Amino acid sequence: MSRGTLYDKVWERHKVADLPNGQDQLFIGLHLVHEVTSPQAFGMLRERDMEVAFPDRTVATTDHIVPTTSEGRERPLADERAEEMLTHLEHNTEDAGIRFFGLDDDRQGIAHVVGPELGFVQPGMTVVCGDSHTSTHGAFGAIGMGIGTSQIRDVFATGSISADKKAVRRVEVTGELGDGVGAKDVILHVIRELGVDGGVGHVYEYGGEAIRSLDMEGRLAVCNMSIEGGARAGYINPDETTYEYLRGREFAPEGDEFEERKEYWESIRSDEDAQYDDWVEVDADDLAPQVSWGTNPEQVVGVDEPVPEPSETRDPDAAESAQAHTEVTPGETMEGHEVDVAFLGTCTNGRVADFREAAKVLKGREVDDDVRALAVPGSGTVKRKLEAEGIDQVFKDAGFQWREAGCSMCLAMNDDALEGDEVCASSSNRNYVGRQGSTEGRTHLMSPGMVAAAAVEGAVTDVREFDTADEVGEPVADAEVDG
Amino acid sequence: MTDDAPGSAGDDAPETDDAAVPAIRRVAGTGVPLRGDDVDTDQILPARFLKAVTFDDMGEYAFYDQRRDADGELNDHPFNEYQGANVLAVNDNFGCGSSREHAPQGLMRWGVEAIVGESFAEIFEDNCKSLGIATLAVDHEDAVDLQEFIEANPDAGIEVDVRAETVRYDGRAVEGDVPDAMREALLEGIWDTTAVMRTNLDRAKAVNDSLPYTDD
Ligand code: SF4
Repeated sequence: MSRGTLYDKVWERHKVADLPNGQDQLFIGLHLVHEVTSPQAFGMLRERDMEVAFPDRTVATTDHIVPTTSEGRERPLADERAEEMLTHLEHNTEDAGIRFFGLDDDRQGIAHVVGPELGFVQPGMTVVCGDSHTSTHGAFGAIGMGIGTSQIRDVFATGSISADKKAVRRVEVTGELGDGVGAKDVILHVIRELGVDGGVGHVYEYGGEAIRSLDMEGRLAVCNMSIEGGARAGYINPDETTYEYLRGREFAPEGDEFEERKEYWESIRSDEDAQYDDWVEVDADDLAPQVSWGTNPEQVVGVDEPVPEPSETRDPDAAESAQAHTEVTPGETMEGHEVDVAFLGTCTNGRVADFREAAKVLKGREVDDDVRALAVPGSGTVKRKLEAEGIDQVFKDAGFQWREAGCSMCLAMNDDALEGDEVCASSSNRNYVGRQGSTEGRTHLMSPGMVAAAAVEGAVTDVREFDTADEVGEPVADAEVDG
Repeated sequence: MTDDAPGSAGDDAPETDDAAVPAIRRVAGTGVPLRGDDVDTDQILPARFLKAVTFDDMGEYAFYDQRRDADGELNDHPFNEYQGANVLAVNDNFGCGSSREHAPQGLMRWGVEAIVGESFAEIFEDNCKSLGIATLAVDHEDAVDLQEFIEANPDAGIEVDVRAETVRYDGRAVEGDVPDAMREALLEGIWDTTAVMRTNLDRAKAVNDSLPYTDD
């Protein structure tokens, strides 16, 4: 059993009781709520005549079903079922006294973007949401876990979940990342190495030079995709990068309180001599930009590396049907593989730094005539910041559609969907068949810079071959972006 | 059929609904084989059907796209061919991907009461526990044998014994693993965790008060 890790310490601080089923009752410090997985849970609560026990520890937003055009957001929404879900959430949060960032709030956005950027998520917390990408919040040194709707009901009713402690695997990422290579490439590479089910039964603690050097946006992208590697949670020990990010955020502590809180944050870092259940090293030195070629997130290669023969993969049958679906040829590289759609956004890569990275590629260039390109900021806050700095103009000039915040084409619960067998260069996290709204559609996962390069060329391209702008837009302090 | 024994949600759980939570000791019926590793919840329940504020219709949407040809006609997918079955036989990493409880809800409302497979994704397994669906992990060969047996004998009886952690069919008893917490919960009829945890609400409040970050 692990000992002295952040996971052990945070778990102990939050443990409420031993349950008769052998699990622990774990207190939840932050419960993020959205419209798709919560209405049934509120319903179950009503059936039992119970109230939300800790509304102050709960924050709601709407993201999955929201239209991303400004006309489309007029109420009532054109899609009646979407309207119904949104209305339910509005009523439920109001009745329960839960803070809600709705369509009329310019901070609305994807739960996993809003929680961190407003300062709700802090080190040493337990964070849950009815969404598997709750692992994202591990970037702060929090334990973030996705839960199902019955568990959402549990959290509403008791502020707790019933859970087993997992084994802790240290994932040490060594080496230095080259130009044009970043967090998304690191995590795709890790999943390729450890497998989509490699993390089952484990929590990943990411460490090593390649991880420490990442900014918070990068760390969020890494932890976000822990679940694609089968690990319910993944985290990074908090450090100065974390604290600097938090300083000045709307719901983060201020002044003396900030300094006091920092003592707690420091205290829950994994000890030098912490014991892990497992330790793996992944080398990221000289890593090339990564691209997925198949239909699950471990079917990935470096952009300059040949797509493997099915027999060379962990699961040859799956690889064969994946290659039939995506029509990639083993032995050839992904470079030059044509794309019809470029999609930038999501809880993985929908933050300011991600758009800045893409804009550096796009500056002075135009999207290929045959490509439909969508830029969907992860939140209203991200959008306003990019607009204040003039970075939106780079996207518009290049020919990207500039949209309102939401999950959008990540899972196509709104109008943003692939059509027919379109091929999409996507900054999202899942390439399952049908994920982006068309059962024949094809998704290739890659970094924001790679998506921008693919949009320009109309085909998968090595972003390292592009001359990129050193700077885009005029820097504006967060505080000056009116909210 | 589920073997319903009277259960109780705990004597000192006054705030729960009145219906007692049934204990589930075994699930007996017929099987439905579903082959393939890494079957994700987007396949089990496509995202466009999540747009509903209840789970009521989810049974119709289980494997919706895979059950249909391009022209919308029902094909020979196991969920069309094995209607009425209640033991689902799968392979490795079943239920990976999105946390949507709509996926196990869809399976349950279609008729699934127990799942035998090589391994299950964690959130999916937790969701199954919440719903009282038993999951039994068996070896690769055993999973494949079971699928082949069902394909050859679609009407043969299959029984998952939660207490013994075995699946019985064709005179065989194949051992596997039901996660401890799930086994305990099913056998004792305490898979509805809300009631149990609600009795500790004061302790949860005490933990809340003790945390350094809860005073803002
Ligand atoms: S952006 Fe995609 S992965 Fe993230 S919460 Fe939305 S749908 Fe899920």
